[in-house]
Amino acid sequence: MDLKDLYQDVVVDHNRSPRNFRKITDATSVQEGFNPLCGDKLTVFLKLDGDRISDVSFEGSGCAISVASASLMTETLKGKSVAQAEQLFEKMHALLTVEDPQCDLESLGKLAALSGVHEYPSRVKCATLCWHTLKYALEHPETNPVSTE
Amino acid sequence: MNARHGGLRDSAATPAFDALRWRRDFPILKQQVHGKPLVYLDNAATSQKPQSVIDAVSDYYQRYNSNVHRGVHQLSEMATAAYEGTRDKLRRFIHAASTKEIIFVRGTTEAINLVAQSYGRSRLQRGDEIILSEMEHHSNIVPWQLLREQTGVVLKIIPINEAGELEPGAYEKLFSPRTQLVAVTHISNALGTINPVKEMIKQAHQHGVPVLLDGAQAVPHLPVNVMDLDCDFYAFSSHKMFGPTGIGVLYAKEALLADMPPYQGGGEMIRTVRFSGSTWNELPHKFEAGTPDIAGAIGLGAAVDYLETIGIASIRDYELGMLEYGTQQLQSLAGVKLVGTARHKAGVLSFVMDGIHPHDIGTIVDQRGIAIRTGHHCAMPVMEHFHIPATARASLAFYNTREDIDALVQALGKVREVFR
Repeated sequence: MDLKDLYQDVVVDHNRSPRNFRKITDATSVQEGFNPLCGDKLTVFLKLDGDRISDVSFEGSGCAISVASASLMTETLKGKSVAQAEQLFEKMHALLTVEDPQCDLESLGKLAALSGVHEYPSRVKCATLCWHTLKYALEHPETNPVSTE
Repeated sequence: MNARHGGLRDSAATPAFDALRWRRDFPILKQQVHGKPLVYLDNAATSQKPQSVIDAVSDYYQRYNSNVHRGVHQLSEMATAAYEGTRDKLRRFIHAASTKEIIFVRGTTEAINLVAQSYGRSRLQRGDEIILSEMEHHSNIVPWQLLREQTGVVLKIIPINEAGELEPGAYEKLFSPRTQLVAVTHISNALGTINPVKEMIKQAHQHGVPVLLDGAQAVPHLPVNVMDLDCDFYAFSSHKMFGPTGIGVLYAKEALLADMPPYQGGGEMIRTVRFSGSTWNELPHKFEAGTPDIAGAIGLGAAVDYLETIGIASIRDYELGMLEYGTQQLQSLAGVKLVGTARHKAGVLSFVMDGIHPHDIGTIVDQRGIAIRTGHHCAMPVMEHFHIPATARASLAFYNTREDIDALVQALGKVREVFR
């Protein structure tokens, strides 16, 4: 195992300058994800325009893997349909948790930078937190007042 | 740097203590992790076990496994003698008056739950107050919150300052006519702070209030004398003092235990059982329902023997020297900040690095064979106090050396490199 597999340049870059790290004031769904084990906490803001994700962002604190994962997620999802987002969730879930995910890394684009995570079992949850929060946000189109402060 | 400290090591700082000699007794420490020699700096989470402890457990299972206090046969008598023998070793080790005051439990957590449910529930009423501190481990917070739900007691919290010490003067102000118990940690697992427990107990007793100490981090690292402290309850775990997991001790003054109702019901803790009602066994058995962790107790006995061979006072001296060295080394690193800088500390080095999350630190140093803990250390209120989600924590034992700390410092350089 090489640390470079986990902390690829893309991951380090997205940790240092996370994309879409902001609130969306007119979001259609706001959900909070929390990992009680490590204290990672993030809020996903989702704005749906019909079936399309017109904007998506996040805020919160966490390790490099969780911040980079959320940053890459928001960057990838903008403009996608709900069905596409759900497909991507399944693909990412496999990439992060399955030994040999059999998925086409190229189709994942920059998200493939997280392909080394599954070799570090204690870090898988860091990378999946944002995706689970997103899935919850897609399934619960409401803003949760607790999580938006 | 190394040459200078190498010179110190050989002379002034720790002349008599040969950590490397003791380290050889720990088979687990001889291995490599990720191709690097294991550097184990997670002793506050759990300590490693010397060969003598491992042998004592396996010897029990190989030669005389049987139930205690039951049979008249040879094996049962051997097991009972070894099990009760440990109780007496523990009594001597913490200077308790009687073996009736040594209750075997699963660990510190169960010991505190026992006090909350037996002593707390039978004596405390709605509006009664319990004093805790802001630096408690969750195991000395949540049992009292459960009691609060059951009885309506009120929890009062001693705040901590920026060094991670109990706020001077705040403690005394928390006492009221309704105060019924003080439950505080002897040493903070997240910060390393050693609390002035003897004075705190004295103060509490002036108000007629008994005191429980969470001694999980203290017993393996400094001499503990419950009679001198005059504490009413003292809880600690075997696995943090080089013994097996799954067993620990509640010490309590006999007079308190005598009046407390049983915590759990079952075999062993009874004298007679009839459907119309049962009567309880004498102390300490009244609080030990069911077949206990016999192997664990025997292993713990071997751990006490081992600690006595080294000498707990010399362990404290050695670890203090290591703590000073580690503090110095970490403080010399740019962007590293120690969390917990109390004047009186045990060998706990909790720290954060600018712009780098503790989890990333933990993973990267692990690749160099270094085991540290990262996270909130089951002390979320402490993290909240310092406005941080987590820390990285290196915690020392007597088998750690300056080379271990040097390895950590070097690995932290690697952490910086990854995020450059």
